[in-house]
Amino acid sequence: MNFELSDDQKLLVDTVQSFARKDSPTTRFRELRATEEGFDRGVWRQMGELGWLGVMFPEAVGGAGLGVQEATLVLEQLGATLVPEPYLESVLLAGTALLHAGSDAQQQRWLAPMVAGETVLTLAHTERQARFDAFDVSTRAERRADGSWLLTGEKTLVPVGHAADALIVSARTNGAQRDLDGISLFVVEPSATGLERQRLEFMDGHKGATLRLRDVIVPPDALLGEAGQGWKSLELALDHGAAGTCAEGAGLLRAVLEMTRHYLTERKQFGAPIGSFQALQHRCVDMFVEVELAKSTAILAMIKASAADVGERQRALSAAKVTLATSGGFVVRQAIQLHGGIGVTDEHDVGLYFKRHHTLSTLCGDEQYHVERFARLPGFAPLD
Amino acid sequence: MDMTYSPEHEAFRREVRAGLRAAMPAALRAKAEVDAHFEHDEIMQWHRVLASKGWVAPHWPAAYGGPGWDSTRRFIFAEELEAMGAPVLSPFGVSMVGPLLIQFGNEQQKARYLPKILSGEEVWCQGYSEPNSGSDLASLQLRAVDDGAGHFILDGQKTWTTYAQYADHIFVLARTQPEGKPQAGISFILCDMKTPGITVKPFLTTGGTPAFCETWFEGVKVPKENLVGELNQGWTYAKALLGHERTLVAGVGISSRMIRRIKLIAKDTWLGGRPLLEDAGYRAKIARLEIQLEALKMANYRTVAAAQLGHAPGPESSILKLRGTEIQQACFDLAMEIMGHDSLSWNNPEGTIPAREQSIAPQFNYIRAATIYAGSNEIQKNIIAKFILGLPA
Repeated sequence: MNFELSDDQKLLVDTVQSFARKDSPTTRFRELRATEEGFDRGVWRQMGELGWLGVMFPEAVGGAGLGVQEATLVLEQLGATLVPEPYLESVLLAGTALLHAGSDAQQQRWLAPMVAGETVLTLAHTERQARFDAFDVSTRAERRADGSWLLTGEKTLVPVGHAADALIVSARTNGAQRDLDGISLFVVEPSATGLERQRLEFMDGHKGATLRLRDVIVPPDALLGEAGQGWKSLELALDHGAAGTCAEGAGLLRAVLEMTRHYLTERKQFGAPIGSFQALQHRCVDMFVEVELAKSTAILAMIKASAADVGERQRALSAAKVTLATSGGFVVRQAIQLHGGIGVTDEHDVGLYFKRHHTLSTLCGDEQYHVERFARLPGFAPLD
Repeated sequence: MDMTYSPEHEAFRREVRAGLRAAMPAALRAKAEVDAHFEHDEIMQWHRVLASKGWVAPHWPAAYGGPGWDSTRRFIFAEELEAMGAPVLSPFGVSMVGPLLIQFGNEQQKARYLPKILSGEEVWCQGYSEPNSGSDLASLQLRAVDDGAGHFILDGQKTWTTYAQYADHIFVLARTQPEGKPQAGISFILCDMKTPGITVKPFLTTGGTPAFCETWFEGVKVPKENLVGELNQGWTYAKALLGHERTLVAGVGISSRMIRRIKLIAKDTWLGGRPLLEDAGYRAKIARLEIQLEALKMANYRTVAAAQLGHAPGPESSILKLRGTEIQQACFDLAMEIMGHDSLSWNNPEGTIPAREQSIAPQFNYIRAATIYAGSNEIQKNIIAKFILGLPA
């Protein structure tokens, strides 16, 4: 049992941390949230050049051949200053799907340029009726006589959907709407005829799109893996994404605690720093406790995200996701409360963190979804 | 980062698990299986069993009779004890005065007291709190006056002296210097409970057990050789003890076992024509509690791993008592809720309610003390606010 980072991991973390603090303070996020894309492709290319986008991918696609642990460690540091580049979507979500389901040729074509920082990717799985059940797929894909595929359906609130150079879209090739069997993953490029991308804003300042697929034709090699066998890859991608949200959340929450601690020390009322008042001290300690728990379960998620046993993996990830929502939810709410009026202004950063926390809690399954998943896992009631 | 134990530690776990199972007398095992309440005699019986294996004081240095285990082994051992529902040993000798004597006592004191703490021949209790000195412990008033003839004369009252009625000795924080900063006038004194002038009166807790006592001292004559360390330094010694074995204070093993117990109760409780455990709403409640424990366990593992590497405890260690005790209480809250009408029963004959439920109601009451004793959770928060968060005074 060891939670120390290896020397290589430490080096990676230090480099990313220094970038986040020096080159991407929250002012940078504020500038970018006012732009069309919401992030900077130049910075994305730099991340590629520095090797950050490839940590969890094999050397064959230009990666470092490490693992999810390294990718989530990067994300944890990016979360601390709200770095807006789409690391979660591109690396952990879409990247995992391509890595797990894609052939060598497909990985060369779509993963390698992303690893190099030339393109961004996203995973488009969300459908209105599905809520968090990613297997509930009503988007249909039919094989045409020439082997190409015809896709029809709608994906809602897809992060980075507005900007992605390739989208991994889940579609049903057979079976009923909620069958685990019959789900396929396709790579859809934005130029595809019949694809409408309606750009939209997320509460946290990130951008995305509603995707409408109206008889979109994609070539035979757009299908990742075997037809109808995409669920395992999709599920893994969402679990890796969940680990990513927990890691980014851990970085975010520590920053929120520090911000609040600092404010309590500086702000004076009744002739004293408000941090000298016991009611506020205890609240800040409560926040500290929850931050430590969220950090602890984020580590659990980082380690278990690549566990061979699916039950073990999901038990850890669901526990971490619930903790991110509950512990983290407490922290960001109390942070605003302790900041008082300034906390509800757009001018102060604490509100930006509050919003981002909500996104992270919700993506890849919200609190209730993960409580229920945890309670359904084999081993929850070994006495059955 | 990885969460696996080394092969040596895994082997150690198998060894102590087998050893503990084989060593536990049948009568105790039967009670442990249904998590029944253990009486003092049973706890001491178990103490002697562990003593015979050299496992009473895992955290004592080998020179004083400890088994010489590293911090991970000590954690594993505690987990195994808790997982089997073993009686919890009285902490006052083994975990409190013992380590304190090892650190601050003189050779005569160590030779006189330590072996009998290990063997269980002598039982200790703690004389810290007083009727007017609870959380503000440093305000304590029990006086120890030098009679000029080789003795301290103790006068005053201690309270919450847990299981003083069974104790052979008490360690007392006494005021030896009435002026100046309160913390600077306290001494740490050992006292034989048979000394004339000591009166012990147990009182019932809400849990129905006589766990606590009031203990009066009237002209109690204690040899000066019973002073530990230096005069007026008792507060420093007592505080040093607080940092000991931080990795074990969360009680994650106890709560893990309690979650299992909750599930067993839920399996045998009916709701809507099927086991309550199959009800999605209750299942989610149990899951939420288990997830809270999962998070605490991870925080605990972090402290164990850091201790194994010889690092000082990190900030996460300070949350263990705080959250650990809250979760222990939440476990009993949920057990009581799941028991429904059964939760109303109080010490009725066997068969009134299932054996596994029998001790829940008393423990539901007694566990309220967990967030109060050993520095109430509010005091813990004061400490974290000051020393970890650095908030202004």
